[in-house]
Amino acid sequence: MTREFDRDWRPSASLDTLRRRAGLLHGIREFFRERGVLEVETPLLSTATVTDLHLHSLKTRLDLPGDDLRDLYLQTSPEFAMKRLLATSSGPIFQICKAFRDGEAGRRHNPEFTMLEWYRPGFDHHDLMDEMDAFLGRILSAQPAERLTYREVFERWAGLDPHEATLDQLASCARRCGIDAGSADGWDRDAWLHLILSQVVEPNLGSEPAADRTCSPRPTYLLDFPARQAALARIRPATAGLPPVAERFEVYVHGVELANGFHELTDPVEQRRRFELDLEERHRRGLPAVPLDEKLLAAMEHGLPACAGVAVGVDRLLMVQEGSDDLRPMISFDLSKA
Amino acid sequence: MASYGMNQMKNGLKLLLDGDPCTVVDTDYIKPGKGQAFTRVKLRNLITDRVLEKTLKAGDSLEGADVLETSMQYLYHDGANWHFMDPNSYEQYEAGEAAMGGAEQWIKEEDKVDVTLWNNRPISVTPPNFVHLSVTKTDPGLRGDTSSGGSKPATLETGAVVRVPLFISEGEVLKVDTRTGEYVSRSKE
Repeated sequence: MTREFDRDWRPSASLDTLRRRAGLLHGIREFFRERGVLEVETPLLSTATVTDLHLHSLKTRLDLPGDDLRDLYLQTSPEFAMKRLLATSSGPIFQICKAFRDGEAGRRHNPEFTMLEWYRPGFDHHDLMDEMDAFLGRILSAQPAERLTYREVFERWAGLDPHEATLDQLASCARRCGIDAGSADGWDRDAWLHLILSQVVEPNLGSEPAADRTCSPRPTYLLDFPARQAALARIRPATAGLPPVAERFEVYVHGVELANGFHELTDPVEQRRRFELDLEERHRRGLPAVPLDEKLLAAMEHGLPACAGVAVGVDRLLMVQEGSDDLRPMISFDLSKA
Repeated sequence: MASYGMNQMKNGLKLLLDGDPCTVVDTDYIKPGKGQAFTRVKLRNLITDRVLEKTLKAGDSLEGADVLETSMQYLYHDGANWHFMDPNSYEQYEAGEAAMGGAEQWIKEEDKVDVTLWNNRPISVTPPNFVHLSVTKTDPGLRGDTSSGGSKPATLETGAVVRVPLFISEGEVLKVDTRTGEYVSRSKE
């Protein structure tokens, strides 16, 4: 039987928003064309996928004549394939594509979303943040960003040092901020840090008082993450007073996380070690095992140039541009209409 | 009863929290690009009506509560408790003052009400939004004052007292909004 709900065919975005969306995509391509960054396309379906504990790939099955059935993964980002292009000396590249993440749906998440990703050989994360300033200046008329370390934002808005605080201090900080996380069973250090960052700190990042929203936004770049949260970023060894930190940055405007940038790890041995640690932890937590991307590792053994790369959520970029705090009206047909 | 994890939270889900049944009234999915996902859940305690918040991560779960809303017929008041019957099963249920929560002042025998059962015991009773009740006692309105917009108290057959316009007299049937306790109009029946 067909229900009325099944026949709800109208888009979730207005035509005006879709026109501005087209303008945004055009503006992004202009920006990179002017800078000589090559636009590329890489497969959305791949035999391997990300091992990250907090990213869940959608799996599908390929049925070819004369071949065994094969599992393929919809990519959570085009990172691995783009790095293989970089290893062929492609020079600077960018891509605008769909990315897929299982289990992510809400006001600021759609399981299928549009991602902009770009890589700059020869850049470190600070050079890339400079370019991000130019990008956001062009796209959002933003001012150059304020750059704050992970430690600084926790000290300022949560009143603790994220590298030193004990589990008890983290738990009581959450309680003090009115977050009821139930029993603390299974809450490790990073779970608390993610909770406090997203619930307590983030709303303050890249945020001016509402009255100032009319003038150009001032983004915040959050940098120097704990080494355990390095993902695919380089780790900078400990210095006086600071433990090892990941050379990563996140971009916030009006409290919304827009982008994630890395001074990329290029060492294939360290890369394999991190993948394998993830797989062990996946096993321990009862998460599905995923095939390691041996092609990426082979490309890194051949030689990935020193580079920095960043992934930007395009639907969120439009959301900020439109002054909305809901992603769904930015997408022609969100999950509920897909 | 089943347990529910962070991805199963949705509005209307009934959960047990600190021993009390609650209903989910709002959910928000939070996920940093690189990092742990959370679901922030707003719940209304079905006993105290208080709204509270809970944050769940992957692996956390809350126990479901055996809560059921059914339409029942009001039978009688025995002096201490109110008795209802499920018209489908003919099973009878007894609700105390706390579960009635003031609903008793709007209902007559044989009226249909919504009863919320928790572990098969009534925890709340909701009368229809509008009821029709006759006036058993009210002072006569002052002559010539019918258009002034003034009001006076009137006692209804169930014992409830509502403010009514001055032109209402004893014996009339009124339509009353039980959510606000306010007079709506004279009943047309």
